[in-house]
Amino acid sequence: MNSVETFLAMGGYGAYIWPAYGVALVVLAAIWIDGVWRRREIERQLRALEGQSRSARGRGGIES
Amino acid sequence: MHRFANPGRFQRLAARLLPWLKGLTALAFLAGLYLALLASPPDYQQGETVRIMYVHVPAAWMALFAYLLLGLASASALVWRHPLADVAAAALSPVGAAFTFIALVTGALWGKPMWGTYWVWDARLTSFLLLFFLYLGHMALLGAFDDRSRGQRSAAVLALVGLINLPIIKFSVDWWNTLHQPASVARFDGPSIDPSMLWPLFTMAAAFHLYLLAAVMERMRTQLLAARLRTQRQARFETWQGEPGA
Repeated sequence: MNSVETFLAMGGYGAYIWPAYGVALVVLAAIWIDGVWRRREIERQLRALEGQSRSARGRGGIES
Repeated sequence: MHRFANPGRFQRLAARLLPWLKGLTALAFLAGLYLALLASPPDYQQGETVRIMYVHVPAAWMALFAYLLLGLASASALVWRHPLADVAAAALSPVGAAFTFIALVTGALWGKPMWGTYWVWDARLTSFLLLFFLYLGHMALLGAFDDRSRGQRSAAVLALVGLINLPIIKFSVDWWNTLHQPASVARFDGPSIDPSMLWPLFTMAAAFHLYLLAAVMERMRTQLLAARLRTQRQARFETWQGEPGA
């Protein structure tokens, strides 16, 4: 067994350790991406609204 | 703290801080992963499965910390009507739920090889599952009413009632004789863990802390932008109503 295989095998516990790290990574990434998408969607709607609104002038644009 | 009470000031501060926070979070996770997977030794009892602890324990700490913050935000929303408190509460519960979910799943993946089972209904595991449902309940209540402020108030009351679960989680391993082991870091006589294992643990904990801060700040920005969107839609609606012939 070479060193990469030894590392991946994790002393026979690879089937538990890698899924644990995988789940953590996927969940943290998903929550982060969900947050960014939500902000972009709101920003898009704000731009559309402020673009056609005369009174939007002087209130400041979207800080991104 | 009062200096940041102004939503506009918060938006400017968040826009300036977030790029740095994101970079720091990524660096901390890289260092944490290196220490947890490569640079630290296997445990003499748990073998390599101790590496699951470097994710499980920080995730569980953050799940509790985020709930404590949710309780504080809910209290200041109900009592002092702080303008950012409802915004913070709404930003905290999805992130807290994510940490709780990670703690539950990684705990199960450690339990199978070490205890021989993915799950037992012991006090620590059951009270932690309740924490997950409290977060989900908070998120559900926020969106359950047509009147936003009613949803915010009910969610805040739920969050405050749920605070009683925090000491139960913390002391469950001492009060009941269960399968889950007692604390080995947060002890009165100091940690009972070797430094070679404390370093990966603390680095990962720092990374999780930074992630919480960045993710909550990002979501608070979105909440504030959404509030501005609602105000402007309302204003436009009123203008339209006031126009002759409308």
